[in-house]
Amino acid sequence: MSKPVFVGLDIGASRTKVAVMDVDGALIGYAVKKSGTDFGRTASACLDISLKMAGATRSHVERAVATGYGRANVPFVTKTSKAEIGCLARGCSHYFPGALSIIDIGGQDNKIVKLDAAGRRSSFKMNRKCAAGTGAFLEEMAGRLDIPLEEMNDLARQSEEMVKLGSYCTVFSGTEVLESIRHGKKVSDIVKGIFYSVIKRVLEMDSLTDRVVMTGGVVAHNPYLVRMTEELIGREVLLPKLPQLAGAVGAALYARAGEAAAVPQPLLRRVK
Amino acid sequence: MKEETKLARKKIEATSLMNRIMADYFLDLNQASASNSRKVAWCTSVGPAELLRAMGFAVHFPENHAAMLGATRLATDLIPEANAIGYSPDICSYLTSDLGAYLKGFTPLAKAYPGIAAVPKPDVLVYNTNQCRDVQDWFAWYARELGVPLIGITSPKNVNEVTEAHVEDVTRQLEALVPVLEGIAGAPLDLARLKEVVALSRDCTELWKEVLETATAVPAPLTFFDGTIHMGPAVVLRGTPQAVEYYRVLLAELEQRKATREAAVAGEEYRIYWDGMPVWGRLRPHSELFAGLKTNVVASTYCSSWIFPAFDAEEPLRSMAKAYLELFIVRSDAYKERYLADMTKKFRIDGIVYHDAKTCPYNSNSRYGMPQRLEAETGLPYLVISGDLNDMRCVSDEQTKTNVEAFIEQLEEGK
Ligand code: SF4
Repeated sequence: MSKPVFVGLDIGASRTKVAVMDVDGALIGYAVKKSGTDFGRTASACLDISLKMAGATRSHVERAVATGYGRANVPFVTKTSKAEIGCLARGCSHYFPGALSIIDIGGQDNKIVKLDAAGRRSSFKMNRKCAAGTGAFLEEMAGRLDIPLEEMNDLARQSEEMVKLGSYCTVFSGTEVLESIRHGKKVSDIVKGIFYSVIKRVLEMDSLTDRVVMTGGVVAHNPYLVRMTEELIGREVLLPKLPQLAGAVGAALYARAGEAAAVPQPLLRRVK
Repeated sequence: MKEETKLARKKIEATSLMNRIMADYFLDLNQASASNSRKVAWCTSVGPAELLRAMGFAVHFPENHAAMLGATRLATDLIPEANAIGYSPDICSYLTSDLGAYLKGFTPLAKAYPGIAAVPKPDVLVYNTNQCRDVQDWFAWYARELGVPLIGITSPKNVNEVTEAHVEDVTRQLEALVPVLEGIAGAPLDLARLKEVVALSRDCTELWKEVLETATAVPAPLTFFDGTIHMGPAVVLRGTPQAVEYYRVLLAELEQRKATREAAVAGEEYRIYWDGMPVWGRLRPHSELFAGLKTNVVASTYCSSWIFPAFDAEEPLRSMAKAYLELFIVRSDAYKERYLADMTKKFRIDGIVYHDAKTCPYNSNSRYGMPQRLEAETGLPYLVISGDLNDMRCVSDEQTKTNVEAFIEQLEEGK
């Protein structure tokens, strides 16, 4: 394959996501990995996996754009970074043109980003300096309950009677979970309560207007959260095919649009 | 797309003169206290400093001291000392850091000015609650600890229009302070001297206003971050010829820059209004963050709080009362909204950043829907950042950065 490709790297605090796009804007490769402690290495590994999936090599990369917390730690794209909220917006409006409210639940942050009819950002809100309602909260609670994170979704679905957690503090919620266990509540009911608490925390950040899209790793792995949100807000929630990739896709779109300076090819190739 | 670049902040030449004036002020204060030659009064930042100065007191401003603790990033280590004796981490972090410093026997003055060992000991503590109740509680602790008289003014809050009744009330309270202060000073109030001091405060305030308004120029020759430093004399030397002299020099320099279109932030593309307190421990990183995005924070509520158009030498006490009441922080939300809308027009603002300071609700205007109302009215986008003036445990640098970058990108898209 000799066609050029465009790469978006979303280096989040907990997961690194890479999207590879062809000239027509089709997503032809992607990868997701735990960011770990060496952002550069993880990004490099993700890049190779996604390029392989796309049937391309590093020499095919025309341009790359990085976003997310760790974007400055990726030496091969430092000159082409873009703030993550912009990439998220761009990615979502690619899938759903027009006015949107985007709910992004990430590992450390929650965001509500609003786009106007032209797909331009009209406002955005991030959670306050607090883990409530984020992926980190779910991880913490899974730890308290001593269950694997991946099982939470199925457990929540089995619940018949939800346990409500009253606090918006992660630590206090942890205590409430312990209290529920002491009172003999079912784990599935507690997990449902934990999910409910996540959605409540996110929804109280901002009002929702227009169509609602959800993105981020947390909803990608816990579709039950999406159903719960729909029930709570009383309307349909749209999901991109790969909700966790929305920011990386946005970054790749920026790369494809050529709005970011080209990555010097030799530099890109040199990275192991 | 916007590249982040490291840009050096343009140095203001007058800074060395300011440093000299401030050093003289602190050394004089220290001398007054150490030699017992003059009585020392502690005063809140918009307390009756004019009256104290006219009566010959050397005046110390604990808020200024607390800001130094914040700017030197020492506050976060000191705050827990005050927490431990019962002062909540949720209350004013100026208060808790200043108390913490006292409890630890520490002052940044000692390091900055050789010869100064401690904060000057007060003979009287004088507050005005026009800002908040915290200042009164702050001084009350020292009154108990040091056995020093505590007097002050209880101001009305949430004032929409400042009425005769308001001014009358505060004037009476000011008058009531006079005999007490005369007793401590050991001399009667000299009205002619008070008029002189008020006239000097008036001059200072006028010049400070002109200094800040140089930033209405495009590009602006001054940033909010410069303002927070250069307001020093307006805070601690109101009512003295030194402050007036200083602002003449500073103004001339800025006018010159304005004439030659010398930008404080090279390549200024966006102009931001800052509402709320500065994050003292992050002045430089914040300044660099904005400058790197070719954005200048050109105006603020905070620096403009030292503009007092009401001072009038012909009616010293009454005009002082009015000046202390017209302060932004004293006013109703309706007034504040009008004020912000006017400021954003005057300074040709592209967006507003509200600093929601965890421990200072009084200076945080983002908690009752004002940003939303103002955006609906003016169409100006806004951003709220969570932080604090002194307690860096309430600050997340990554979140601030992500928010600010995204905000500037939003402005970019909107242009
Ligand atoms: S206004 Fe805020 S910062 Fe100033 S003394 Fe009061 S609480 Fe502290």
